[in-house]
Amino acid sequence: MTTTSLTKSRGAGRAGDKVFSGAALAAGCLILAVLFGVALFLVVQAIPALVASPDKIQGGEGFFAYIWPIVIGTVIAAIIALVIATPVAIGVALFISHFAPRGLASGLGYVIDLLAAIPSVVYGAWGAAFLAKEISPAYDWLANNMGWLPIFQGPASATGKTILTAGIVLAVMVLPIITSLSREIFLQTPKLHEEAALALGATRWEMIKMAVLPFGRPGIVSAVMLGLGRALGETMAVALVLSSGALTASLIQSGNQTIAAEIALNFPEASGLKVSTLIAAGLVLFVITLGVNMIARWIISRHKEFSGAN
Amino acid sequence: MTSTLTPVRKRSALTKGQLPKFAPYVVLVLALVVGAAIMAVVGFNAFGWGIVSAILFTAGLVGWSAAVEGGRKAKDKLATCLVVGSFLVALLPLISVILTVLINGLPGLLDPGFLSTSMNGVTGAFDNKSVEQGAPVMGGIYHALVGTIQITLLATVISVPVGLLTAVYLVEYGEDRPLARAITFFVDVMTGIPSIVAGLFAAAFFFAVVGPGTKTGAVAAVALSVLMIPVVVRSSEEMLKIVPNELREAAYALGVRKWRTILKVVIPTAISGIASGVTLAIARVIGETAPILVTAGFATSINTNVFSGWMASLPTFIYTQILNPTSPSNPDPSSQRAWGAALVLIILVMLLNLGARLIARIFAPKTGR
Repeated sequence: MTTTSLTKSRGAGRAGDKVFSGAALAAGCLILAVLFGVALFLVVQAIPALVASPDKIQGGEGFFAYIWPIVIGTVIAAIIALVIATPVAIGVALFISHFAPRGLASGLGYVIDLLAAIPSVVYGAWGAAFLAKEISPAYDWLANNMGWLPIFQGPASATGKTILTAGIVLAVMVLPIITSLSREIFLQTPKLHEEAALALGATRWEMIKMAVLPFGRPGIVSAVMLGLGRALGETMAVALVLSSGALTASLIQSGNQTIAAEIALNFPEASGLKVSTLIAAGLVLFVITLGVNMIARWIISRHKEFSGAN
Repeated sequence: MTSTLTPVRKRSALTKGQLPKFAPYVVLVLALVVGAAIMAVVGFNAFGWGIVSAILFTAGLVGWSAAVEGGRKAKDKLATCLVVGSFLVALLPLISVILTVLINGLPGLLDPGFLSTSMNGVTGAFDNKSVEQGAPVMGGIYHALVGTIQITLLATVISVPVGLLTAVYLVEYGEDRPLARAITFFVDVMTGIPSIVAGLFAAAFFFAVVGPGTKTGAVAAVALSVLMIPVVVRSSEEMLKIVPNELREAAYALGVRKWRTILKVVIPTAISGIASGVTLAIARVIGETAPILVTAGFATSINTNVFSGWMASLPTFIYTQILNPTSPSNPDPSSQRAWGAALVLIILVMLLNLGARLIARIFAPKTGR
């Protein structure tokens, strides 16, 4: 009796194991198939634009001349966003994980998560209707006082709908992503490391520098890279906020354009070769994010020993 | 004299060279006063006052600490000020966005019939009438609400099992095999897919499989899944990874099968983190505009079938009402509807967040922290 029930349960368990691991494997393979499909579709649809004669592409100087300025614009917007968001996000994550009173911490974390919950189109509307108007006096000041720097060259845009405004909106959007991931990592710092540092007489900041930040560095990098991915590909905020134009060095004049916004604004009315051109632009964006992610993965792979499941 | 009578008040050698407990409050009051004085000279505004006071407070406290306590303590104070300051800075846009949406959105939301009517048959003539003659603003978001809920639900139903199973494969079965490394790598790549490209992919896929011009809620759900799956995988993977190996080994030692160990031990331990990851994923996709615009079109009437016909959604409703007002000569009613829809969208997401947080708290494992 005991033997049969044992055998029975073992048989059922083995089938369960097979089904479960098979399902897990299938899910993983599905992701690879989807990504392959995306890449295939992009390449096939982009080929006409890449091989077309230069005078047929928008601007009349070929695909490269068309894509170059908006690639730079995309990178500028993403860099502005990360330069603003990264220090603030790490500060917020540290505040929630190590500075705020224990009872308040999770509530404050929820408040920051609300930033992530606000949809991009709302940020776009806010940036266009509120932020651009409020910030344009600051741009005037920058143009008058810092105008000798090429990036603050005047005259400043009167509407405030500039790449810097778009970058600030993007920074607000990527901030909660970087924060929530860094916070999770900071909270996993081994308690013993922290207590050892404090017991040796370290101040709170020295404890964080010695125990928390080294432990969390790969997590921070991966969080920043996730934020960068969002900043590079964000469409609606830039499309609504930026009054786009030709590539300019000045961040406080209207001008510049990002790839995603270019696609969103032009795709609905596009036809024929223009569709291919925009899809090729999407392919370029895809390649840029691929490069970013490869660098990030390389950095993280040097710090594998932190995982509990190794 | 006093010190001999009340020796408790005498500062002990242990607390010598430290700032008194009230130091931050004194510096704060001084900073606020000096800040107000400076702003009174330059021209007062509350925002500038806050910034100037914060800088003065930091400089004052750090300077005092450096003089009394020495460099290490001063550095600690500086770091504390910067960390708290960054949190306050992060709150500014949140408050600003929510205030803007509340102020602009409440009139639209309080409009009778806003939640229960669609835009079916609402033309520019109605909007002109409401602006010129004060008639109530017609039209609502019922169709968009239905569309958003259905599309997001379908996307979640597709993404969560696939994403969670993939994470399980990576953490529990992968064992650093080439396939596992490839999946990890390409999930990262997928994270970077711009939303609009995901939309184009889903549209092209359904054009090829079902027929050209297929624009339904299901296509949009597939597009959103492409965006959602990597987020679910990444967050679930991180959470599964931090489940201590001791728990797994204890289960194996008791003779528990691997799949039961995963279902009964590993996932329940990590469920709070997984739930918060899924929430972030939903929060990311529920507001996505571009992929829905490309895949589900834009409808003005109610469509409850995700598998046929164009479908409206809240984000595309907001976008089109702002960019293409129903009445181009009088955009105010459209803008009112757009902000109303934005308010509804934010409330929807907040409720989702709150629900996930409650679930996470109920299922959270008891840890030493």
